Amino acid sequence: MTSPASDADFLLRLDAIIAAHAGREGPLLPILHDIQAEWGYVPEEAQPVIAGALGMTRAEVYGVVSFYHDFRDHPSGRHVLRLCRAEACQSMGADELADRVRAALGIDFHQTTPDGRLTLEPVFCLGLCACGPSAQMGERLLGRATVEKVQRLVAEAGMGAGA
Amino acid sequence: MKDFIIPDRDMGTPAVKSDVIVNLTVDGIPVSVPAGTSVMRAAAVAGISVPKLCATDHLTAFGSCRLCVVQIDGMRGTPASCTTPVGEGMVVHTQTDEIAQIRKGVMELYISDHPLDCLTCAANGDCELQDMAGAVGLREVRYEPGQNHFARRDAEGPNPEWRPKDQSNPYFTFDPAKCIVCNRCVRACEEVQGTFALTIESRGFDSRVSAGMASDSFLSSDCVSCGACVQVCPTATLIENKVIEIGTPEHVVKTTCAYCGVGCSFDVHMRGEEVVRMVPSKEGKANHGHSCVKGRFAWGYATHKERKLEPMIREKITDPWRVVSWDEALDFATGRLRAAQADHGVNSIGVITSSRCTNEETYLVQKLARAVFRNNNTDTCARVCHSPTGYGLKTAFGTSAGTHDFDSVDETDLALVIGCNPTDAHPVFGSRMRKRLREGASLIVIDPREIDLLKTPHMGQGLHLPLRPGTNVAVVTALAHVIVAERLYDEAFIRERCDWDEFLDYAEFVLDPKHAPEEVEKLSKVPAELIRQAARAYARAPRASIYYGLGVTEHSQGSTTVMAIANLAMMCGNIGKPGTGVNPLRGQNNVQGSCDMGSFPNEYPGYRHVSDPETRAIYERAWGVELSPEPGLRIPNMFDEALAGRFRGLYCQGEDIVQSDPDTRHVTSALSAMDIVIVHDLFLNETSNYAHVFLPGSSFLEKDGTFTNAERRINLVNRAMTPKNGYEDWEITQMLANRMGGNWTYTHPREIMAEIALTTPSFAGVSFELLEREGSVQWPCNEAAPLGTPVMHIDGFVRGKGKFIHTEYVATEERTGARFPLLLTTGRILSQYNVGAQTRRTDNVAWHPEDILEIHPSDAENRGVREGDWVRVASRSGDTTLRAHITDRVAPGVVYTTFHHPTTQANVVTTDNSDWATNCPEFKVTAVQVSPSNGPSDWQEEYQAHSELSRRILPTAAE
Repeated sequence: MTSPASDADFLLRLDAIIAAHAGREGPLLPILHDIQAEWGYVPEEAQPVIAGALGMTRAEVYGVVSFYHDFRDHPSGRHVLRLCRAEACQSMGADELADRVRAALGIDFHQTTPDGRLTLEPVFCLGLCACGPSAQMGERLLGRATVEKVQRLVAEAGMGAGA
Repeated sequence: MKDFIIPDRDMGTPAVKSDVIVNLTVDGIPVSVPAGTSVMRAAAVAGISVPKLCATDHLTAFGSCRLCVVQIDGMRGTPASCTTPVGEGMVVHTQTDEIAQIRKGVMELYISDHPLDCLTCAANGDCELQDMAGAVGLREVRYEPGQNHFARRDAEGPNPEWRPKDQSNPYFTFDPAKCIVCNRCVRACEEVQGTFALTIESRGFDSRVSAGMASDSFLSSDCVSCGACVQVCPTATLIENKVIEIGTPEHVVKTTCAYCGVGCSFDVHMRGEEVVRMVPSKEGKANHGHSCVKGRFAWGYATHKERKLEPMIREKITDPWRVVSWDEALDFATGRLRAAQADHGVNSIGVITSSRCTNEETYLVQKLARAVFRNNNTDTCARVCHSPTGYGLKTAFGTSAGTHDFDSVDETDLALVIGCNPTDAHPVFGSRMRKRLREGASLIVIDPREIDLLKTPHMGQGLHLPLRPGTNVAVVTALAHVIVAERLYDEAFIRERCDWDEFLDYAEFVLDPKHAPEEVEKLSKVPAELIRQAARAYARAPRASIYYGLGVTEHSQGSTTVMAIANLAMMCGNIGKPGTGVNPLRGQNNVQGSCDMGSFPNEYPGYRHVSDPETRAIYERAWGVELSPEPGLRIPNMFDEALAGRFRGLYCQGEDIVQSDPDTRHVTSALSAMDIVIVHDLFLNETSNYAHVFLPGSSFLEKDGTFTNAERRINLVNRAMTPKNGYEDWEITQMLANRMGGNWTYTHPREIMAEIALTTPSFAGVSFELLEREGSVQWPCNEAAPLGTPVMHIDGFVRGKGKFIHTEYVATEERTGARFPLLLTTGRILSQYNVGAQTRRTDNVAWHPEDILEIHPSDAENRGVREGDWVRVASRSGDTTLRAHITDRVAPGVVYTTFHHPTTQANVVTTDNSDWATNCPEFKVTAVQVSPSNGPSDWQEEYQAHSELSRRILPTAAE
């Protein structure tokens, strides 16, 4: 994988994102969101540039980026499947579901299918505790998740995974 | 003198200043503390230690470890004592059954993820985690072995949570396996040092200390190796490599750092006669427990293998050195000195004192010239740095010194920084200034380069006036123009403290249209609008301070700029109250002291002129000899006279004039023309290549004495180990003097200080006893101020009325033209010190292995220079080669380098232009051309060859 930082317009695009939030109170998180939207993750090369623009240091920016699990340090697959691992879902069999989904997809948490289409991530609470175990595929939420339902979601997303 | 003292107790949270006193009881003991103090500190004041891990009095309270919980009558739950402020009538219990349970539970959790390898751990016996486990009575850990950060591998294979040690920093090791994530290191890097190089990455169980970003190591991060994180780490996670190597120290000697003019107090942690580590003292009034990479870690030169420990002589400078006894060396030296005087007159020899040596040593060297050589041929390296400060401030205010103490920066609203780079050259003060800038003080920088202070994290926008080197007077006078034109001056102050008519005269002078910002913009290249903004900000700030350095003094108009600065401070009433003042940042540890001690050819100690009969009478009585009323030779005059054949002998203590003085070729030919050059130093330095006698010196760790820092603070230097060369430096000077009939009988530097106090009014109250009792004092220290004077000129100037002096800008003769179109200016870098004799002999070379030429991208492109290329820098005086670094920190037309490495010899290029008043060389402005090059210049190769030849030492005969 080549870093987007080697693209000729990397700094221009980055500066544009930073400039869009100039003068705003607490600009760091919105900037990071826009960067992740732009490149699919937060490239390390962007962190010193953000730091310089905001009067911070790169260590501080890294501290924030690494604090939030949703800021990625490398690109995800085209789709991201999240399985809830929190207590309410655990009590409804989330652990067993996770084992079965991992087996079906042939990947572990934080991994991406070899074709680069799907990344599996754990998540701690989607706010669907009443109908656990729950999952999320892209923007779409899934309650009372089973391995079959999950596989269907994956298939609908054009994966054919698990097959 | 060895002090067998236990290092200060940690009070848990920093002291708080308040006029309101709060009374409370802690475990039944009544205690009174200033309002805002934490319950933890109040308990410490009462003599009670509350268990703690994340709290230390170096840092503001954080409240994360939950070990310091207490119970307070009338308050619910168990608040953390570090974050709970005291209240009137509070009743605090630090030990109850409930608290004991909580603390045990907390410790159990900490210990469940900590390797229990205490016996082989470098922090064994010096570990707060170990202490706290004892304090809370931890006897068992009920948690089963499981996921952890410390085991390299378990039964199933490598532990994915384990991380290897980071040993990238040459002085300390980071071992994440021992980390308890108390955050102290991160907070120290932020609050104390102000670098913000560390963070906690991730969160929860995955939280780890990280230097820089994921791909960084400690060395590649922003870390400046100040040691603050190592100092506050409660475990062995961050620990000095020397402690790992040697073990825990067993006694402490208090002393003062021998690097820059900040004058940090240190505790030397010793094992026998071996230094284990240097730790900054909390009670140090200049540094308040902080340090930089040089003082903290770069002391290994004292035991470096290249240090010379035996005297050596040679007939000619082309001969190899011959190791001889002290007797033979001193006889040889005195024989030649006397012969020179017999053949060429009493004025044909002289001395150069060192800003690196103690006050007592410096005093003796100038005394040697005056009382034994019987002339006033004494000068000091301050000639080449801050002599214009002495001259300018004495003329304006009446004393040759800065007006304020460092603490004053805590109260400033605006810092005007001119020609100095505190974060590199005065790092501990730089950190204090950064702290104040983060608190909201404004910053104006007048400097050709965009210095790091302007990039201080978390400060507001600084104002940078990137002037062309050599135009200081014009720019500072333009600031005065704006202040007068817009009537922003402080009339009441001027009327009371200065001469109003004199001010009106000066006002008329500065109002001349040629001093207007628009005119000055043409020559300084600083936009007029920036000059106006800066002038208004300085004049309007309630308390504005000026800090300046060699970028002001080392110019043909150095003294004029100092006076312009003094004018500016006076007209805005920025003198005599905290947070204001005119503060020169002195380059070397004892440059203030060496000036105070009468090193100059025209002044006795305390800046009294040699022609003054009363002062002369004092010394004639004290020394029992008749003294010359004629001022002696300044360093540049010594060289000129040497080339004319009239100056034949020089005793040079602890200064490397060949490397540090301008126009190296002129210096070396002058030295080559002398009959006797005596170098008294730790190492065979560049000057010793031209010497006939080498006297091995002692390091600051091996001597008693005092250093005086930039805020006039006299600090004690205490001997931590026996001099490896056999004698302290003052003893060697005394031996030399006595061989020439000096008849000196000092047995300890305290006797020398007693003589200084007896003969110098501003030092009348100073004694070793006072310094031992008070820690330090700031001169003037006499009957009027028995404990010294932190801020000068409070109610009136020392000279009476402050003096406004016309500051006419005269362009330097050093001009750019077709052949030399760029201006070279020079400076320092954090990890190296001055000529580098010490720091180059330490692991500090990890940060700065060679001198680099900074050049603007457009200038580089015009010359076909790429990053890292060898380039030739040529001036009218000479040329050298070094590598280029392309950066927009310097303006187009300006190039910058450091002078730490003798192979570069940046001073081959600098010229012999100098300050009109004091001869301080114009290091900061040299017209040069830069061109691509293949490698070292002819001069560098020639010099290298001579250097190797002249450092040969004959093998001593087998015994």
